[in-house]
Amino acid sequence: MTRVKSRLIDNRRALINAFCASILVWMFANPAQAALEIEISGGSAIQIPIAILPLNEPANVQGKSRIHEIISNDLKGSGMFRVLNTSGVPSLPTTAAQIKYTDWTALKAQGLSIGEVQQTANGNLKINVQVMDVLRQTPLLQSTYTVSPSQYRHVAHLIADQIYEKFTGQPGAFATRIAYVTKAGKRFTLQIADYDGFNAQTLVSSNEPIISPAWAPDGSKMAYVSFEKKKPIVFVQSLYTGERKVVANFKGNNSAPAWAPDGSKLAVVLTYGANSQIYTISADGSNLQQVTKSSSIDTEPAFSPDGQFIYFSSDRGGRPQIYKVPASGGSASRVTFEGGYNVSPRFSPDGKYLTYIRNDGGSFKVAVQDLGSGDVKLLSTGSQDESPSFAPNARTIMYATRVGGKGTLATVTVDGLVRQRLSEAGGDIREPAWGPAQAAPK
Amino acid sequence: MNNNIWKIAALALVLTACKSTPMNPAKVEDSSVTKPISNSQNNGNDGSAGTNKIDIKTVDVDSGKDQLSAAELAKRQIFFDYDSDAIRSEYKELVANHAKYLAAHPQTKVVLQGNTDERGTHEYNLALGQRRAVAVKNALNVLGVSDNQIETVSYGEERSKQNCADDDCFQHDRRVDVVYAGQ
Repeated sequence: MTRVKSRLIDNRRALINAFCASILVWMFANPAQAALEIEISGGSAIQIPIAILPLNEPANVQGKSRIHEIISNDLKGSGMFRVLNTSGVPSLPTTAAQIKYTDWTALKAQGLSIGEVQQTANGNLKINVQVMDVLRQTPLLQSTYTVSPSQYRHVAHLIADQIYEKFTGQPGAFATRIAYVTKAGKRFTLQIADYDGFNAQTLVSSNEPIISPAWAPDGSKMAYVSFEKKKPIVFVQSLYTGERKVVANFKGNNSAPAWAPDGSKLAVVLTYGANSQIYTISADGSNLQQVTKSSSIDTEPAFSPDGQFIYFSSDRGGRPQIYKVPASGGSASRVTFEGGYNVSPRFSPDGKYLTYIRNDGGSFKVAVQDLGSGDVKLLSTGSQDESPSFAPNARTIMYATRVGGKGTLATVTVDGLVRQRLSEAGGDIREPAWGPAQAAPK
Repeated sequence: MNNNIWKIAALALVLTACKSTPMNPAKVEDSSVTKPISNSQNNGNDGSAGTNKIDIKTVDVDSGKDQLSAAELAKRQIFFDYDSDAIRSEYKELVANHAKYLAAHPQTKVVLQGNTDERGTHEYNLALGQRRAVAVKNALNVLGVSDNQIETVSYGEERSKQNCADDDCFQHDRRVDVVYAGQ
């Protein structure tokens, strides 16, 4: 907890520093109203039935959405759980001693989540959740967090992650953050928010376009492209100190930053006086090395999770397709063969899948390719879908879509079965990037 | 979107403002006209250099020619077909006019800003816009303009109109803007 607090103090100091820059950098803007609307288009064959009961919590500490509601939304949205309706159960337990297991076996629940929230003397919250194995009548999970009230939603996501992992054997990705760009009038902002759109904070705002946010592998920095100097320049900015550095500002364009998995360098796209080509550069802007040398467009680099290859979009074969090249340079080989137009490759963190955008007869859709089998699936249903990126657990892909003429964000599970849409009041949202797994508050 | 309307208005303002600017350098070309006058003055009274400079500045005999030249340079948008970087024949003259001016003024610098419509991804469109800017640069190079006078950059789809319903709307976004340094 103390670490979280000192981070907040650092952030405020950074705010003051950042005002000196020509572009305003805000760490604490008014949180945008946003929420994921779950729109389940199918369901996994192995949905786990689970009951998530309201915690016993004093009315004055309850969030707008309560902990059990946040956990329920997380689990439902994953497509892996069926959260049971408990309205027919006569009394809902909040302690293990109160559980009448026959109520829950009757509902065919496999899991039962109960708990309580207490306010400590210094105003913190002690949040305690237990998850029971209904068939064995034994505790599966017991989790206690003592945090400041501002961590209420975060703790709910952490508990949802634990439940997800306990039942599926895979880590969850609910306690994660996303970055995205908003455009409202002539104002562009780069926002950081929880994965479900809550707790949005402005990292950068500008009257010129901002594109291509990219999370450093440790989640502490963002690389992005800003047009504030009337041309695309690559910046790296620390989330916690506000420190902002130019990483690439060469003649022509500087764009498409992508971090190497070890965070030591980035792939960037530079043009000088010719077409877009891929280079690598150290995170401090030194040690520039050219990776691709072609007369075609080579752009949208993405490192493979082992750091050995850079995948990228290129029209060297006529139409844009995805290719890969050794990260140190060399000859490129083609990766996508189906469809006449495939761009914007992004890896799943486990290296098993590649997601990209396919132009499917004039409609731009999210595709996912199983790199083992080579199978490709189209996952999204929009016509201008863009910027896919994987959740840290590789189960879900977030992307930009357009609804009613406005840009918004959506997620889809890798099996294509569950879709969700993030809605925000006002403005246009684009260029999402799903951040790495987040450390738990201490 | 309003935003784009303002940008177009701002662009129009820039273009209007630009009209007069090429006139100043154009006067330098006219020094051939002023020279005989200076020479005759020099012959007559061994006048000071200061007097000569004043004479050169006040020559406005060819202002009509200046305006003609400004009008030729006032067109600064080159539009492209969908997914194409080929300079259409109707823009060859526009490019040639700028090439002639830049070749004659090697100190003048120009930025070629490529743009695309909103279809496709932000970064790929940035690359396509760049390719258009490079196509114009290559055309200028062929006509004698030096590389160090030109910077090619791309805005990709970032300045595009949004929610275009037809190609007339998209067409406006597929262009290269010629922007003279300092303007």
